[in-house]
Parts: sequence; structure tokens; C-alpha cells
Amino acid sequence: MSELLRRYGAPLTATFAALTAFWLLALVVLPYLYLFENSFRPYLPVVDVGGPKDVYSLDNYLTFFESPIHIKVFFWTIIYSSIVTVLCFAIAYPLAYYLSKVAKSAVVPTLFLLLLIPLWVSEILRSFAWFIILALKGPLNYGLLGLGIIDQPVRWLSGFRSIIIGLVYTYVLFMLFPLYNAIQSLDTNQIEAAEDLGSPWWRTHWRVILPHSKPGIASGAVTVFMLSAGSILVPTLLASTTSRWFTEIIQQWMFESQDWNTGSAYAFLLMLLCTVFVTVMMRVFRVSLADIAK
Amino acid sequence: MSAGVELANVCADFGNFRAVDRVNVTIKAGEFFSFLGPSGCGKTTILRMVSGFIDPSEGEIKIGDQPMQGIRPNKRPTALIFQNLALFPLMPVWENISFGLEVRGVDKKTRRDKAEELLRLVDLPGAADKAISQLSGGQKQRVAIARALAVEPKVMLLDEPLSALDLKLRQHMRAELRAIQKRTNVTFIYITHDQGEALAMSDRVGVMSQGKLQQVAVPQEIYNHPANGFVASFVGENNIFTGQIESMNGSTALFRTNSGTFRASLGPGVTTATSAKLYVRPEQTRLVEAPPPGANSIPVEVTDVAFEGNFINIQARNGDGRTLVVETRNDGSTAVPPPGSRLTVVFDAEHAVILADETAASPGRAA
Repeated sequence: MSELLRRYGAPLTATFAALTAFWLLALVVLPYLYLFENSFRPYLPVVDVGGPKDVYSLDNYLTFFESPIHIKVFFWTIIYSSIVTVLCFAIAYPLAYYLSKVAKSAVVPTLFLLLLIPLWVSEILRSFAWFIILALKGPLNYGLLGLGIIDQPVRWLSGFRSIIIGLVYTYVLFMLFPLYNAIQSLDTNQIEAAEDLGSPWWRTHWRVILPHSKPGIASGAVTVFMLSAGSILVPTLLASTTSRWFTEIIQQWMFESQDWNTGSAYAFLLMLLCTVFVTVMMRVFRVSLADIAK
Repeated sequence: MSAGVELANVCADFGNFRAVDRVNVTIKAGEFFSFLGPSGCGKTTILRMVSGFIDPSEGEIKIGDQPMQGIRPNKRPTALIFQNLALFPLMPVWENISFGLEVRGVDKKTRRDKAEELLRLVDLPGAADKAISQLSGGQKQRVAIARALAVEPKVMLLDEPLSALDLKLRQHMRAELRAIQKRTNVTFIYITHDQGEALAMSDRVGVMSQGKLQQVAVPQEIYNHPANGFVASFVGENNIFTGQIESMNGSTALFRTNSGTFRASLGPGVTTATSAKLYVRPEQTRLVEAPPPGANSIPVEVTDVAFEGNFINIQARNGDGRTLVVETRNDGSTAVPPPGSRLTVVFDAEHAVILADETAASPGRAA
């Protein structure tokens, strides 16, 4: 702060601080507080708001625990988000290793650009693109049929398949970048030392590179998992009648039932339960928050 | 159980740059061999070719008579100690040491025992469960040596492993490394730019410059009879005179310089046609008041005297303004000439040598 003051003077520094404070308080904290407060109040006709019936209770939260179907959707969301996370790791790890240790440093920026360009296209457009690719008579089935890999077109847009594909595609880079950073910080001599001591490539990965990348894996996994579980666009656009995502239920409460109170309660429940799940997973894999912050 | 290493006409090219140029050398089993040279001379490239991280562009490397072409580092009977040691920071000391055994499927108990045994060998008992970050520089060094020895390599390759240590520890580790080498009788190939290290530790030294092997010999030979000007000036200090050979007479010649004409011995392969210089080591020169008749002598004025304890280092300037270095042993009563004294530097013809600037071709077949 004193550094800022010295460099920009009092008026500019005050403006910066005020703008940041406005963004944080008015645009982030206040809306959350509003929803949080609402989540404890009943959904009432406008005339009753503020009346004797408008009292705080946990009823909105209990609604969730009394609806087996919502609990089931929640678990499917958690399970499929975990699958998405694992798939993202499986795709991103070899790629990150290649980019950080194998590829010639001159071509790395180009490769990164190629990876980033799709990110410039909006998520909605990308999801629509997948909708077209995955359609029953779409290019993917056409290609697979043409190559003779399948003899019947696959219904990609049924069940959770299309959601998994869409989410992996959308969030894989959030796994790639922390992994890339982690692997790149490993001294290449250690990889060579392992090989020199007779280690086959898979053991070098298992004993040297993976343990070193753990913080990167953890931060990538948390990001991908949280983004997947909280994603609304991909599940809405690529879902079928048999796949429901928890965020869709929140959306239904809010926009179809116009019940913002229960919707808020569900949203906070999702956040809370996901946080619990992530914390448990971090315990299981012995990662601490400090590791991730690195 | 050790093996010799043979490099036959080995070259390494990086694009247009030839890092190693037709190196021929046979390193005997159980030998402590050093490659000595300035940074960028190709010595590390040689080490990486022997360990298998780089394939030679030309030529052949054999370890224990086995051609190594196409054999990955993990299949070679070598162990490399990296300049930065490259210990695994996330494993405790004993897992570091036994990593090579883990790879070979040795059970945990045997691995642990072996690690303890090696820790005793490198004089670091009781450190098995420590984290790498808890060790000092010298201790890390020992763990790295133990880790390399654990795989029972036939050839141990060391890439300037002492360069990160302070002087005192470095001198201690020199003796230690030498002792470990004698105890295990493994062939050691040691890379260094430190001539003191190379001379003090090695059975034989190969001096390198610009990718070429300049001379391969025992340390005394390297110091006393350098093969060419590069070796003479890189190893130890020299007073160097440019000039021409005036006449040759058997193994001696008259060499004319700006500072006078001197009688000197002829280095290997020097003829009147070669571009050559005259080299005289500071400790082979004396300062006298009156030179004996017929001796090589240069009248000088003493400019600076450094009393180093066991020897005295004197800088002196001659009439041309060039500085000569004279080094005298201190026997307890040696007179120290004060700066400004006018004296004469003298040296014997047998200790002044005329050397070609650099041998064009690799000396080869030097075994």
C-alpha cells in the first residue's frame, strides 16, 4: 500500500482502492449476502413479505433433504464432475509433460496459442458446436461409421455422455495450466537422474514427476471439479431427458418457480457440499491448501 | 567389478557446432580419469554421451568392450553424479539411495540395509530417514555418491560435483572421493575445470579445448611436459614469450623473442615451420644479481612482491614493459627483494619449453 502511495500519489491510490472496494463489496459480497439472507426466508406472495409469516427458518434447506430426486441429482453431479476431473487429468498430464519437458522451447508458444484459441470462443457457441458434432446424424457418427469403428450411429446426446464430453472440452485447460507450471518447475536433471539409475519411463513418472506435480494436480483438480459441478451452460445445452445437473434444479427454482428463496438455499448447499467433498478428497490425497496456493 | 571405457573417434554435433571433435581415448577399468578443460570445451558432452543421454554424431563408445550405440541411459552400467546432484527432494535419504534398487525390484528390507551400508561407506551413518532439505552441501554430496554406488555401476561419471562446495569442504571431498574410488575400485570419469582437482585426484588426465582432446597423460606429465601451448597455459601458470625459432640443435633450440634470445627445449612435434611460443613456469625461474655467463637471462625491475607463506610470488618488469612472474619457495631464510630492486631473471634451457600453439589433430591412441 505504501508502495502504491509512493508511486501514484494519494488521489490515484484512493481511486484504485475505492474501485476495488466497490467491485468487491457491491458486486460480489452484497449480492451473496442478499441471497444468503433470502435463503432462510419463506417464499411468500408479495403482500405477505415482511408480515408475520416472514420469519427465518431452515425450511428451504430441508426441502433438499426431503426430496430424494434432488439428492440423487446432487450425487450424480458430484460423481460425473469427478469423472470429468479424472478425464481432464488424463488428457492434460501427458500434454503438460510434453509441453514442459519434451517440446522444443521455440515451438511451445505456438502450441499454447493453438490450445488457447478455442477459449476465445464463447462457451455457448462451443457447447452448440458440440451439440452439432454429437448429433445422431452429426459429423462424429458419420466419421466413425465411415471409418468402420461403429456400425450403428451412437446416441451421444443421451445419458451423461455429452455432458462429460462438453465439460472436459470446456475445462481441460484449467487442468493443463497448473500442471504445466508444476512439471516445468521440476529440474530436468531429476528426470535424467532417475533414468540413469535404471528407471523405466513409467516409474520415473510415478516416483519423481507425479509427486512433484501434486500441488499442480490438486489445484487443477479443484478448479475443474468446482467449475464442472457449478456449470449450467454445458448441462443445459448438451443434456438429455435422462441427465439432470444440480445447477439445472437451482435454475428451475429461481426462474421456473420464481422461488428465489429455495433456489438460494440450493445454491449455497451446492457450494457447501462441494467444499466438503473437496476437503475430504484433499485429505485422502494428503494435499494441503498451502500446497495449492504455491 | 568395473569396466573400461573406450571412445573411438567420437564426435558430437549440435547443428553446425561441433562440441566434441574426434576424441580417442581408452580409459582403463578401475582408473580415476579426469577430463579437464574450460567451460564449453565439450567435456560435459562427453560425459552425457558415455551415460547415454546424447548419441555421438560419429564414432563409437564401448563400455567393457560392449558397444553402447542405441542403449538408453537406464540400460547402461554407468551412474552419473550431476553437477547439481539432482537428489529427489520428496524422498528421504534412504529412498534416494535405494531408488536404483527399487527400480530393479529389490525388496524393501534389503534396500534399506543396502542404504544403511552405503551411508556408512560415505561416512554419513544415521542419516537414512532425514529429508534431503535437512542436509548440508557436503552431506548431499555424499548421498549423491551413495545413490550412484547403490546400483553397483561399472563406471561412475561425475560432472563437476564439487563445484558448489566451499574451498575447505571441496578439498576434503577430493580426498574422500579418491578414497571411495580406491575402496570400490569402480572406474571414475571425472569432469572438471579445476586443474588442482584434476591433478590431485586422477590417475590420468585428459585436457580438452574446443572439443578436442589436447593431451592425455598422468598428472605429473601434464604439468611437467605439456603437449602444447594450450595445455601449458591452462594447467598451472607460465611466463609466455612469442617469437621465432632461430636454430635447432637436437632436442634444444634457440628462440628469439623481444626480450632476448633464449636456449630452450623443443616440445613434441615442434619444427621451425610451426607457430610456437616459449613457456617458462614461475617456479623454474630465479632472481639473481649477476647471471652466470651463457644463461638465459632477462634484466628486470621488481614491481610487486606477494609473500604467500610457503612461497613468494614476485612480479617483475623488463625493459619492454612486460611483466614476468617469479616464484620462490620460502625455506625460512629466503630473502624477499623489495619492489624497485633491479635484478635478473634466469632460467635453465631444460625448464623452458617451446610448444606449438595447439596440436591440430587429436593426439589419439594415447592410452
